[in-house]
Amino acid sequence: MKAKLPWIFLALGTLLLVGGSYMGLFVAPAERYMGDVQRIMYVHVPTAWNWMLAVLFAFGCAIAFLFTNNLKWDSRMEAGIEVGVLLGFLLCCQGAIWAKPTWGVWWDWDPRLTSVAVLLVASLGILALRGFVDEPPRRAVWSAVATIIASVDLPIVYFSVKWWNSLHQPQSTPETVASAFHVPLRVNAFGVLFLMIGFIMLRTRVAALRLKREVDVPQMHQEAGELA
Amino acid sequence: MLAALRKELLLQWRSRGQMMAVFVFGATSLLLFSFGIGPDASALRTYSAGFLWLGLLLSSTLTLAESFHAEMENRALEGLLLLPSDARALYYGKAIANWLQLALLGIALVPVMVILYDAGTTKVLQLIGIILLGTAGLSAPGTLYAGMTAQIKAKQMLLPLLLFPLIVPALLASVKATSLVILGDPMGQSKAWITLLAAFDLIYWSLCGLLFGRVVEE
Repeated sequence: MKAKLPWIFLALGTLLLVGGSYMGLFVAPAERYMGDVQRIMYVHVPTAWNWMLAVLFAFGCAIAFLFTNNLKWDSRMEAGIEVGVLLGFLLCCQGAIWAKPTWGVWWDWDPRLTSVAVLLVASLGILALRGFVDEPPRRAVWSAVATIIASVDLPIVYFSVKWWNSLHQPQSTPETVASAFHVPLRVNAFGVLFLMIGFIMLRTRVAALRLKREVDVPQMHQEAGELA
Repeated sequence: MLAALRKELLLQWRSRGQMMAVFVFGATSLLLFSFGIGPDASALRTYSAGFLWLGLLLSSTLTLAESFHAEMENRALEGLLLLPSDARALYYGKAIANWLQLALLGIALVPVMVILYDAGTTKVLQLIGIILLGTAGLSAPGTLYAGMTAQIKAKQMLLPLLLFPLIVPALLASVKATSLVILGDPMGQSKAWITLLAAFDLIYWSLCGLLFGRVVEE
């Protein structure tokens, strides 16, 4: 059952995402001012919410690791960061696709856009750091520290719309959107959420297995040496 | 902590030549930036603050990466950690030394900027204040990451990779505040940017000191 759980999440997420996107594309009415372009919001906004959740998850894992020193949190953090990078990248792409016809530019130096990009680059930096440190405990501590430091960026990301008044519209929530629009939005939000949970679970398993191999292999060499 | 600070300052004083080299590097990068946008005097003046801070940022990766050089020789870091003092004292000593070094470098680069970009100002004290705040923002996370990356192979590459995205808010605020000093501040915006910079410094000086102990532990 436990081995199948991520796949159940992935299947559920895919189903919801397909259903929600169908509703968003064919059932929901076109938005009055932006027309069909606005329909990308049905994936863009859920991606944004879940990206924040993934980053928050990695942050939580980093803190949990520093307090417990249990490497299982390290594997979870690695998964969280990597899925976060994927979602952040998707977020930037979707945003650019939406911004070109709406704002007339692919990219804008809006504080929130900029913060997402900054955190994305910071996450890639942490993944690169992980690639260069060989000893698992040290790698875990350092990337946890770097994750915590980078996560301090997250509140700046979220509140920057309020702090600096900017081009980016205030974030959409179901309360600010008419019901015909928010049903596909909610369905897709859960779709992306389940996909994210499934991916993080699978990726955690990969990280844990890799960690196990790293810890086991030197021991095996040692044992082989003793036998010879 | 004062002992750690004194040790750092002494080390820096004894390697003055290196400081000079970093200054030449910073001045060279300021010169190069102007080739990047062409000999348009008014554009150069408009962007002078940005160039100053970018030059300072590039130079800082050199000084920060060097700052743990002495500790890496003969496993001196382990020896320091065995002393009956906190790793935090070691961190703050080093961070303050790095800060002073960067601030000095920044102040030394100002005349270069004034000459190259015709970006003079009479508010010298305010400019120095901004440089002090901005370099403090560079030095706190920079020292922490230098402590990490000094211990691994690819340090030259990883330090900027980790540091640059992080200090974006500090860079932004420093550049804005500096250019408001140089170009005039009719809307009175500089106070908000300086507040942002001070908040950034406060957050990272406390957070990094807290985390440094875990970074250097065995």
